Amino acid sequence: MMDDTDRAIVNALQGGFPVSDHPFAEVADALGLREADLIGRIAAMRAAGVLSRFGPMYNADRFGGHNTLVAMQVPAERFDEVAAQVNSFPEVAHNYQRDHALNMWFVVAGESRAEVDRVLTEVEARTGLPVYDMPKIREFHVGLRFEA
Amino acid sequence: MRQLDDLDRRIVLATQEGLPLVPQPWHQVAAGLGIAPALLMERVRAMQADGIIRRIGAVPNHYALGYRHNGMTVWDVADQDIEAAGAALTALPFVSHCYQRPRRLPHWPYSLFAMIHARDEATAAGLVDRLAAALGPMNRGHRVLYSTRILKKTGLRLGGS
Repeated sequence: MMDDTDRAIVNALQGGFPVSDHPFAEVADALGLREADLIGRIAAMRAAGVLSRFGPMYNADRFGGHNTLVAMQVPAERFDEVAAQVNSFPEVAHNYQRDHALNMWFVVAGESRAEVDRVLTEVEARTGLPVYDMPKIREFHVGLRFEA
Repeated sequence: MRQLDDLDRRIVLATQEGLPLVPQPWHQVAAGLGIAPALLMERVRAMQADGIIRRIGAVPNHYALGYRHNGMTVWDVADQDIEAAGAALTALPFVSHCYQRPRRLPHWPYSLFAMIHARDEATAAGLVDRLAAALGPMNRGHRVLYSTRILKKTGLRLGGS
């Protein structure tokens, strides 16, 4: 379980980790912790899955590839089978079941729009179901912070 | 828009899974790449300045933090209102992502997507109400699609080829 110190670390470190010679020592000073204690707590939260990552968050759009959000209407009796078919593509990055007639929503990422199109065609062929391709037209920027 | 060069790509590949949890993580990454720490840190700062790196720090697993009610709110907004509507939604601090996407008529009239996260259902419903209030008459109809199961979550990655 997270204690108050863990929460303070997560709330303080959702951005702004220093790019410097001794970044953990700088953060530890600001939080009133010892460097080794801070590193140990972050490692423990990583191991426990409270943190999914610790490090730079990259803007994948800038990697030069293309990605899109795709929805499918999957019959309930075929849901797990279709999920396995869709997830078998390495280009499928996230996939969520959602409570709507369009009940499967996943992100396809590739090196190019042509590669994404090829994957979508293969997904339709393998599953026998149409895909609704909804690539981002524009992004509105946010500043996200979760309260831990 | 600046493209990544070869060294940038090697830095992305070396750090996209996370930084080593050691007192000098940037030095360790630099050593692994065979470059000087000062060069590594200069490149990382440049990628931050260019927006290639959104932020550096802890990426919480929102489920593990108790945020179990994760809703994709979708809004039917006239094309000429999209900019004002996107600005209105992202002005609220609890929206984590907000995108304009194409409608897929007749099945899908919604063009503006905003993600919200809450610890309980009542709070989530309250957040949706605040989004609707922020849009006012620009909102011609909306839905909230809650995630009921994570089927796959690997994140977007730069390939190693």
